[in-house]
Amino acid sequence: MRNIWIVAKKEIRTYFSSPIAYAVVAVFLVLVGFFFFSLISWFNSMAIQMAQNPYYYQQVNINQMVYSPLFHNMSIILLLMLPLLTMRLFSEEKKLGTDELLFTSPLSVNEIILGKYLASLFVLLVMLALTGIYSIFTFAYGNPEVAPLLNGYLGLFLMGAAFMAIGLFFSSLTENQIVSASLTFGALLLFWIINWASTSASGFWQNVLNYLSFFQHFDEMTRGILDTKDLIYYISFAFFGLFLTHSVIQSRRWR
Amino acid sequence: MIEVEHLTKKYGDRVAIQDLTFEVEKGKIWGLLGPNAAGKTTTMRILTGYLPATEGRATVAGYDVFEKPNQVKKIIGYLPEVLPLYNEMTVNSYLHFVAEIKQVPSSKKKAAVSRAIKVAGLEPVKGRLIKNISRGFKQRVGIAQALIHDPQVLILDEPTIGLDPAQIVEIRSLIKSLRGEHTIMLSTHILAEVTQVCDGVVIINEGRLMASGSLEQLSTSFQKKEGVALKVRKIDEAQLELSRFMGVEKVSRQNGELIVEWAGGKDLREEIARFIIERGFGLIEIRSLAMSLEELYLKIVSGGTPQ
Repeated sequence: MRNIWIVAKKEIRTYFSSPIAYAVVAVFLVLVGFFFFSLISWFNSMAIQMAQNPYYYQQVNINQMVYSPLFHNMSIILLLMLPLLTMRLFSEEKKLGTDELLFTSPLSVNEIILGKYLASLFVLLVMLALTGIYSIFTFAYGNPEVAPLLNGYLGLFLMGAAFMAIGLFFSSLTENQIVSASLTFGALLLFWIINWASTSASGFWQNVLNYLSFFQHFDEMTRGILDTKDLIYYISFAFFGLFLTHSVIQSRRWR
Repeated sequence: MIEVEHLTKKYGDRVAIQDLTFEVEKGKIWGLLGPNAAGKTTTMRILTGYLPATEGRATVAGYDVFEKPNQVKKIIGYLPEVLPLYNEMTVNSYLHFVAEIKQVPSSKKKAAVSRAIKVAGLEPVKGRLIKNISRGFKQRVGIAQALIHDPQVLILDEPTIGLDPAQIVEIRSLIKSLRGEHTIMLSTHILAEVTQVCDGVVIINEGRLMASGSLEQLSTSFQKKEGVALKVRKIDEAQLELSRFMGVEKVSRQNGELIVEWAGGKDLREEIARFIIERGFGLIEIRSLAMSLEELYLKIVSGGTPQ
């Protein structure tokens, strides 16, 4: 456990002592801020219109009208940006030759992988936590429900964690960071939209394709539905990514 | 301290090292000498547990490298050929990180770092970012990270490559000062480094063992033959006559010179000189030859095979 922490600490320091984390977090916050602002403006004008009709007035819901689409937007930004955070994790070590230091030290491969993974999760946590600032305004001037909000954040975090594990895997495959990021991005996008193919499939395959899609699972979580099936999906995705990373590193050393 | 038996490593079909067997004594400095692409780095990577061998066995301080890799990694300090430095860290924080991953207990970490800084002479740059320090200091940081956990065994892959002559002398004397406490194996393609720094040598070429042993052993065993190199005007005649000369084993021609060799122990130089002059072969130059480590190495590098 101590060894995992040593690696994680060093990686976190690398993220925050270089411009990487600041650039990614700042761009993320600007984009999320923009989406938040547009959604709130739209929500305000809608709320005024809907207030004139008692039936529609019942339907005004900030969670559904602002947060649900906001979480969708945030998930797309994560899809675009997280590969940039994971691309260097193993590629850079290999390119610089520092992997030789890591793998000849008395650390196990698992400890190294988990350390790096935890560091990337920490950056994700920082990114998501800072967007909480925007919610101060909705709580100050409105009354959003807390549970679906936290559920949405949990969904974002779990999905980000799955993205990071896939990114870690592609980073272990190549010493080129651009290649690593491109492969990660491609794979994530494919898993995002893989349910589109389900329209032309039927029966078993339709279910499989739907199940595999990131989008399908995330959509439910933004609407405040917490289903263990979705949790298991993300966690197993993350484990799968870490397992593949482990296999790649082991096999590379034993080749 | 380090024992290697029948070690073989193949990358696919390409054989990097084949059937290497050698031994390094405790507290000594041993050189792993060979031209580029001889398999030096591969051998060292196997010893440090970075790469597995295809066949054979290697033990360090009695621990099998393949069966007890973590034990071995704890007692080895390793300077890879490509320096494993994180450019965005300061020298100090880098060494702290290395001390942590090498499992130096946190109570001793500070002392270990300052000792390594002192031994490697890094005092003037310890607060600077690694990317901003000179190549010579980077090499020292590499050595410092190898030393940080006070390992019994140091494996240094080309420790003086890319340094200027003054720095080479410094690094060599640094390595020499570590003799005794540490068993050191360093690789190089420069023979002078071995003769100046090492107690013994393992010479490899194209992955095969050419010679190994202490420097004294090797230099005596390769001086079994003695000889002279001659430049004469009547070279054909001289070759014929000298090959019949009493005691001479072999007369060969090389670059317009005659190489006359005989078994070690006797000295035929005077007699041969007199003989050539008496016969009137037109002597221009005579030079004595001894089969030194240098010639052995040159022969290996130029593609010949030693006996």
